[in-house]
Amino acid sequence: MDGAVGFVEEPHVLAVDDNLIDRILVEKLLKNSSCKVTTAENGQRALEYLGLVENNQTSSNDNASKVNMIITDYCMPGMTGYELLKKIKESSVMKDVPVVIMSSENVPTRINKCLEEGAEMFMLKPLKFSDVKKLRCQFLCSSTVRAS
Amino acid sequence: MEVDQLQRSFLEYTTSLFREGFLDGQFGQLQMLQDESNPDFVVEVVSLFFEDSQRILNDLSITLNQQNVDYKKIDANVPQLKGSSSSIGAQRVRNACIAFRNFCEEQNADACRRCLQQVKQEYLLVKEKLEALIRLEQQIVAAGGAIPMLNEFS
Repeated sequence: MDGAVGFVEEPHVLAVDDNLIDRILVEKLLKNSSCKVTTAENGQRALEYLGLVENNQTSSNDNASKVNMIITDYCMPGMTGYELLKKIKESSVMKDVPVVIMSSENVPTRINKCLEEGAEMFMLKPLKFSDVKKLRCQFLCSSTVRAS
Repeated sequence: MEVDQLQRSFLEYTTSLFREGFLDGQFGQLQMLQDESNPDFVVEVVSLFFEDSQRILNDLSITLNQQNVDYKKIDANVPQLKGSSSSIGAQRVRNACIAFRNFCEEQNADACRRCLQQVKQEYLLVKEKLEALIRLEQQIVAAGGAIPMLNEFS
């Protein structure tokens, strides 16, 4: 199905946010940067999408291997972005996928906590074009994206 | 001629909204996201913002009208409104939400009610202005013109 090795033109990003407007915005920003986007409205749905619900060590579906980056809001009901980050880092299938945390609040302890847990970057909401461009270049350019 | 006038009116009106603090740079980002594949993007997002905000404001009214105010509910709703208004660039609504949240933390019911009125007022004002702006955009497009791009006002 795909003969190309190592080069992915349209990286796949999973965007998680409980706010509908923010989900729409992040999706559009990413799509305008030539990304394929899947959105989830909370951590649980994100884990379900990735097939990581029962057992973090294996994925029950194909989706996990196709996702090249996860961007998640920090403040979400149920499971925070930090908790989602932890679960992703605990999974052998997803632990190397870059996770970016977003928040509308600039709280240094929160930021450090996420970075220490393995988040690649922390971004302040609302996201702008320049933020997404930075993400695209840093985490999703062809040389850093693994082939599906 | 008509298209030029409409475009000038649009730019003047938008500039005044930025100057008066109704909108901030984030609205400009929203405008930039609109393209041929999504020509109604701004209208769609703004409409969602109206629906969402109305629902939250109604819920907050009900919550604050109870004998025993459930501050947890307020604490859940106000950040949502703050987030949405911030994301579309509705600066004054966002600022009113910040004040609201501070009083909520103090569990001061009267102050919260006053804050709610303030937020409602700002919301209705920005709603009116955004609707006028969208009407201008639609007139420009109907007259065959392109919507002029805003300068970065952040």
